[in-house]
Amino acid sequence: MTDKIITSSSISRRTALKTLGAGAGALAVAGTMPGIIGCANASDEPIKIGFQVHRTGIGAAYGRWYDRTTEAVVKRINAEGGINGRPIEIIAEDDGTDPKRGAEVVEKFANKHNCDIAFGTLFSHVVYGSAPRAGELAIPYFVVSEGHHVASGKLNRYTMQPGITDVKSQVEAMAPFIADNLGKKVTMIYPDFAFGHDHRDYFSAAFEAKGGQILEKIAIPPTETSFSKYFPKIPRDTEVIYHVMVGPAVLTFVKELGEFFGPSRPEIFGFIDSLEAVDLASPGLEFLEGTYFWEGNPRYAQAEQSEFDKVFREAVGVDDNGASVSDAKDVSTYAHMFGCWETLYVVKAGMEAANYQGVKDRQKLIEAVEAMSDMPHSFEHPQGAKRFNGKTHQTFGHQYISKVTEGKLVLAHTTSIEDTLYEDEVDYTKMSF
Amino acid sequence: MSQLTESAAGFQKPLLSQGSRSILLHVGIVILLFLLYFALPVYHSGNLARILVLAVFAMGYNVLFGYTGLLSLGHALFFASGMYGFGLAIQFIDVVPIVAIIIGLLSAVVVSVVVGILALRTTGVAFMIVTLMFAQAGYLTVLLFGEYTRGDEGFNIHRSDRVLFGFDLSQATNRYFCALILFAICFFLTAWLVHSRFGKTLVAIRENEERARMLGYDIQRHKLIAVIISGALSGAAGVAYALLFGYAGASFAAVQYSILPLLYVLLGGAGTTIGPLIGTVFMFYLIDLSSDLASAYLSSEFASAYMLIAGIVLILLTLFAPQGFAGLLRSKCKWLP
Repeated sequence: MTDKIITSSSISRRTALKTLGAGAGALAVAGTMPGIIGCANASDEPIKIGFQVHRTGIGAAYGRWYDRTTEAVVKRINAEGGINGRPIEIIAEDDGTDPKRGAEVVEKFANKHNCDIAFGTLFSHVVYGSAPRAGELAIPYFVVSEGHHVASGKLNRYTMQPGITDVKSQVEAMAPFIADNLGKKVTMIYPDFAFGHDHRDYFSAAFEAKGGQILEKIAIPPTETSFSKYFPKIPRDTEVIYHVMVGPAVLTFVKELGEFFGPSRPEIFGFIDSLEAVDLASPGLEFLEGTYFWEGNPRYAQAEQSEFDKVFREAVGVDDNGASVSDAKDVSTYAHMFGCWETLYVVKAGMEAANYQGVKDRQKLIEAVEAMSDMPHSFEHPQGAKRFNGKTHQTFGHQYISKVTEGKLVLAHTTSIEDTLYEDEVDYTKMSF
Repeated sequence: MSQLTESAAGFQKPLLSQGSRSILLHVGIVILLFLLYFALPVYHSGNLARILVLAVFAMGYNVLFGYTGLLSLGHALFFASGMYGFGLAIQFIDVVPIVAIIIGLLSAVVVSVVVGILALRTTGVAFMIVTLMFAQAGYLTVLLFGEYTRGDEGFNIHRSDRVLFGFDLSQATNRYFCALILFAICFFLTAWLVHSRFGKTLVAIRENEERARMLGYDIQRHKLIAVIISGALSGAAGVAYALLFGYAGASFAAVQYSILPLLYVLLGGAGTTIGPLIGTVFMFYLIDLSSDLASAYLSSEFASAYMLIAGIVLILLTLFAPQGFAGLLRSKCKWLP
């Protein structure tokens, strides 16, 4: 029964074939669709959760692991009795990591599948493209994006991020560690688009507030494939290089950085976003030995591994090295994917607090989540304790800093939640629905 | 002579002239689209609103590719010019939506004039590459000025900025009819254009540029005007997307959005007025329904294979209906514009 519940779509094969095969033009096909628009939310029917997943496009590697994590957590929640006694049904739809398709997918969840909520988006541009439609359709939209877009107040009351911390809090929490342990003079190397700009702006401000100095900010154009020409811009007195390169060129970036510095390099601090789903044993990454990384959740099982992480890891199918148990080369996106697990447990808690019965209770669900605050380290929150801010719709939590030691990431420092807090920039609770 | 007389005697005058049929067809399609809003389930009427906006984009592409014979790979630039012209005006100049719409349209026109003047110095494959390069430069410009455009992330246009003449365009009904009005205006405009002397000259240029030149037509001027009309229509679609769906982002300036209108037009039928609409509808539902099909049959690990389904269908269509759906229709109905 549980396996049946965790399906990708509520559309039957017969209906899908029928609709595709009609052949009389798409609008004529459209006319055959009303029959499949079921009326959910009767008390014995499943809670329908629309899962906006990056199955294709630049976010596909993340999407694959978000998919596995979501399947694992839904299986667990359903085995525990579901939400208010009702099982969860996941309706997954690829958004192509594209904001236009993302908005269409949210419309599909709301208007075709009659989903209770939409959930799961990672890439910021897809969140930006989809959030207006979620607000207009009045469907709660739980993103797992780590972007600052939610807490910045640029979205709407229906959009929330309760299961993963945002980039501003992550970056600001790194500044004290770097200033106290690695050096006071930093050169930043970042991609020249919004994600890189967030790092540039938030880290610079936080680091300078700690008495540090940003010597140079080197923006790399997103289409760049070779980086050697940028490295001479690194000032000689640089004590720490801070890098956040992402995308397929990251291996070239690290290799060329190693060739440039040779054995005498400054301290290096990076964000694991650069190497999510990438095997640290990949050729060229040897240069990273002894460098530091931010990790949202430690990829390698640590000596002090919590029982919660152990259960989470096993449920999703990840080994002690952060790879799939069935394929050691299939490395997970461990620093982010826990967000799907924790978000769905927040949804469960919110629906139970609101006594959620159906789509008419969506506003009650939003209010119930807004009322949440501290969430203890637990099976529901295996990454660590969280503190949710109902006003900004953003959660805050511990950040991890690991050092590459003998080719593995070994935990070197854990920040407090207080290190990650910043002043509220919005109060969504004052916005109307 | 006697044979000619017999042929003339056997020739039956059609009930309606070619022009009347064309008018009936175009008005009929708009009326059908009007009625469909009330007949379709909400999901599909929402899709249709988006399709109508994208069909305007395709119509703009069709003017240049279908009627003038110029294959551009840079139309994302025109779409994005309209989108950002509108969006940035709303964000930073604090103007009312109607003024922002005009700014968006003007942005697309100015960009198309510049691109037209420079790109039309080339022909054939070179024209394709130059337009592609212009579009790529536009995309990188959006990223470069990320402080204002928010780069790849883009930005939302607040609901209060999407109220036009008292109509809240974030509401489904208002959005649909706004999209339909825009579509109808562009649809009738292109229908009139292709029947006009100017439109027939464009077709003459497409069919044999040297002969048209020899007959005394100013080829460059006609091509430039075609680029401007094409850019303006594409820009109007960009403005409408931002206005109706509340988002402007760099992905709309990327090469993918230069390929899409080409696909819409090729599938629907290049050089036909109804082709862009048919192609856009087909492409939208091909992706949507093949995604449903893959989800129904395949596990989540393989669900992305729906793109393969869509790809195979596109290859088959290209092989067996290279003139597109409306092109097939035109082989039966010669009067189809």
